[in-house]
Amino acid sequence: MIPEIGHLALIIAFVFAMGLAVIPMWGAVRGNSAALNLAPTLAMGLLVFVAIAFAMLAVSFLKDDFSVAVVAANSNSLLPAIFKFSALWGNHEGSLLLWVLILSGWMAAVSWFSHGLPSVMVARVLSVMGMIAVGFLAFSLLTSNPFERLLPNIPLDGNDLNPLLQDPGLIIHPPLLYMGYVGLSVPFAFAIAALLGGRLDASWARWSRPWTNVAWGFLSLGIMLGSWWAYYELGWGGWWFWDPVENASFMPWLMGTALVHSLAVTEKRGVFRAWTVLLAIFAFSLSLLGTFLVRSGVLTSVHAFASDPERGLFILIFLALVIGGSLLLYAVRAPTVASRINYTAVSRESLLMVNNLVFTVSTIIVLLGTLFPLVMDAFSLGKYSVGPPYFNAVFVPLMALVMPFMAIGPLSRWREDSAARWLHELLVPGAVVVVFALAVPLLFGGRFNVWIALAVLLSGWVAIGVLKDLWRRLGVGSGYGLRWQTLTPSFLGMATAHLGFAAVVMGAVVVTQLNEERDLLMEVGDVEFLGGYRFELTALSRQAGPNYMADQAVFEITQGDKPIATLIPEKRRYFASGQMMTEAAIDGSVWRDLYIALGEPVEEGAWAVRLQFKPMVRWLWLGGALIGFGALLTVADRRYRRQSTVKSAAIAEATGLAG
Amino acid sequence: MRVKRFIPLAAFALLALLLFKGLSIDPTALPAARLGQPFPDFSQPELLTEEVIGASALQPRPALVNVWATWCYSCRVEHPYLLALATQGVPIYGLNYKDESEKARQWLSELGDPYRLNITDRDGTVGLDLGVYGAPETYVLGPDGVILHRHVGVLDEAVFERDIRHFFTVPGRLAQASTQEGGE
Repeated sequence: MIPEIGHLALIIAFVFAMGLAVIPMWGAVRGNSAALNLAPTLAMGLLVFVAIAFAMLAVSFLKDDFSVAVVAANSNSLLPAIFKFSALWGNHEGSLLLWVLILSGWMAAVSWFSHGLPSVMVARVLSVMGMIAVGFLAFSLLTSNPFERLLPNIPLDGNDLNPLLQDPGLIIHPPLLYMGYVGLSVPFAFAIAALLGGRLDASWARWSRPWTNVAWGFLSLGIMLGSWWAYYELGWGGWWFWDPVENASFMPWLMGTALVHSLAVTEKRGVFRAWTVLLAIFAFSLSLLGTFLVRSGVLTSVHAFASDPERGLFILIFLALVIGGSLLLYAVRAPTVASRINYTAVSRESLLMVNNLVFTVSTIIVLLGTLFPLVMDAFSLGKYSVGPPYFNAVFVPLMALVMPFMAIGPLSRWREDSAARWLHELLVPGAVVVVFALAVPLLFGGRFNVWIALAVLLSGWVAIGVLKDLWRRLGVGSGYGLRWQTLTPSFLGMATAHLGFAAVVMGAVVVTQLNEERDLLMEVGDVEFLGGYRFELTALSRQAGPNYMADQAVFEITQGDKPIATLIPEKRRYFASGQMMTEAAIDGSVWRDLYIALGEPVEEGAWAVRLQFKPMVRWLWLGGALIGFGALLTVADRRYRRQSTVKSAAIAEATGLAG
Repeated sequence: MRVKRFIPLAAFALLALLLFKGLSIDPTALPAARLGQPFPDFSQPELLTEEVIGASALQPRPALVNVWATWCYSCRVEHPYLLALATQGVPIYGLNYKDESEKARQWLSELGDPYRLNITDRDGTVGLDLGVYGAPETYVLGPDGVILHRHVGVLDEAVFERDIRHFFTVPGRLAQASTQEGGE
């Protein structure tokens, strides 16, 4: 019964989504306020029924109902309960349901937090999101029904969840990532609603901004967790692979980065309006494109879901309607009147334009690299794979290019600034950073490494820009006491995210440059030195887990006479699938990770072992977390809650942009 | 309304066409299509001699082509069995896939070398032509150079006996292959 209730709930949810897509939109066109005001109710109904469907699927997983095809294919009675639950989204059908659940969650959030908005705007936004929900619910119901039964031959037990996915990181990584992916539908819907209403003004940008920041923050956290998971779970210590599926989440992030900054300019200054709308459309379109690439089987990847051309065609048609439709709307309705607001070449506007250019070009670079194999294949020019060398060669210089501007941006003035003033503000801090850049690399291993010097220079420059800004805002040395009230959540969020970015760059460069690894054959009693640490293999044993058997090796790590850690890497064999898994053991700290992965037993009592010394690798995730939390922090800003319609209308009038 | 505003739409239309085309060329379908076809020709250095070789160098046949790399843990698992097969007289050619040659040579000198020769495929281009998903993979090359079978994952005795042995037990084949070895 339970799966049938879920299926029915999904069908009812589809009906709600249809209603939401049509009725409020019609109301907006006709000026029918009853139809308009139905939007929040319909959105709530949609959320309730999607949640019921989701709960029913969760119950099927938890109760080991192997008559449900998805459960049989992805779960097992021996699986710990928490993984039975997360197995729900470890597959195509279930993750699609999670997608829709999160989308309806965002819709409910929009209707809750938009009391200050004109009801016609809310109606249009929810209606656009309703259309997206229609597409995804139809996709789920028609091609990927999660409640399909295996009757009459019900399997006795399930195939088990892929051991790679039996990990706490995978419980929260997909939901966070989807929060980001799907959350970008909110600024998208705001952009479409603004185009439809013909009101593309500063208040539109101010409404979109908190949503964009939150979605982008979640996306940052999701990507960061994915990288962290790959690092410790895949067992070879890599943290970014430029895999098509990683790129699928990275492209919306890059575009979102441009959007977050472009919205700031549009809100504060009313310029870049058409461009900002376009970025909002692109960011969500890239989310959808990612969904297509991951689920259609067009590109091969280790992460890809089981592919199916029929599903691919469905998403492609949906993609064409959503993206094609919105770009057509943009072409017809985007503001064509040149902005009457001026700014000079030396101004904060220009600096943010640099950000936009760099991040847009980066997105295109990643998109080209991801699609290149497909292009060559489509024209029968051969099979190609585009690897990290291409991406690193173009991506790294672009990031290095944006960083010098990142420090100046927060200090700069809108409209008109002067290079002399920048020089005055940053000359001394800049000199300090140069000294650091020359000195710090010597702390790592004694040999001067140019790349590390550059990383210190650029990251330090960004950090010093943030600190200088903080200094100036607080009015240190002004004699009037510290002005704590200037530290608004939006400033603190920006500062945190910029520092996070600097930390990511430091971590990435240092670990790439100074990583040490060794593949060895070790027996009990063998000793190896790496990165100044002594690794001794002291014991081998065998342990049983809930649904696997593990070979364990015990390593004692010492530095001089000081014991550092005892690490126990495992090699697991999962009962249900017979799959082997490497569980790396890591001793982590802010400055370095010691990473041990067990390979295979090579001969009696000897194991193939990989030892790695990874300096500052944690800065990557620490920085990623700072970026994400910084973005989330900005929404605490009070100005986003003072959204009286009177005021926004006044702003629109004052800036002369209405209509 | 200006023409410039239509540029994003036009770009997207091109992308959509490409994706539509992409749907009909399933990249994972390639390996099946390769079955029954000759081993794709290549021109790559041999791992140890660094002499440039092509598909014609894969003699004698029938033989196994084993895709391996030092970064692949499972390759370590199957390595002892490959050594055993080599001593039984089964010709095995290696495709050293997306690997560092120096590490690969070190691996062979440490763990033993079951391969008659090794194709160095640093960029994975031969692997792509062949439709390799990842390492390890093993292909059976027929006497006429045609790919007869593909095994993804670790090759062990059970797999060899079940799926592969019969390619080598056509009367006299295995013996013939071994005797040819001297002549090559």
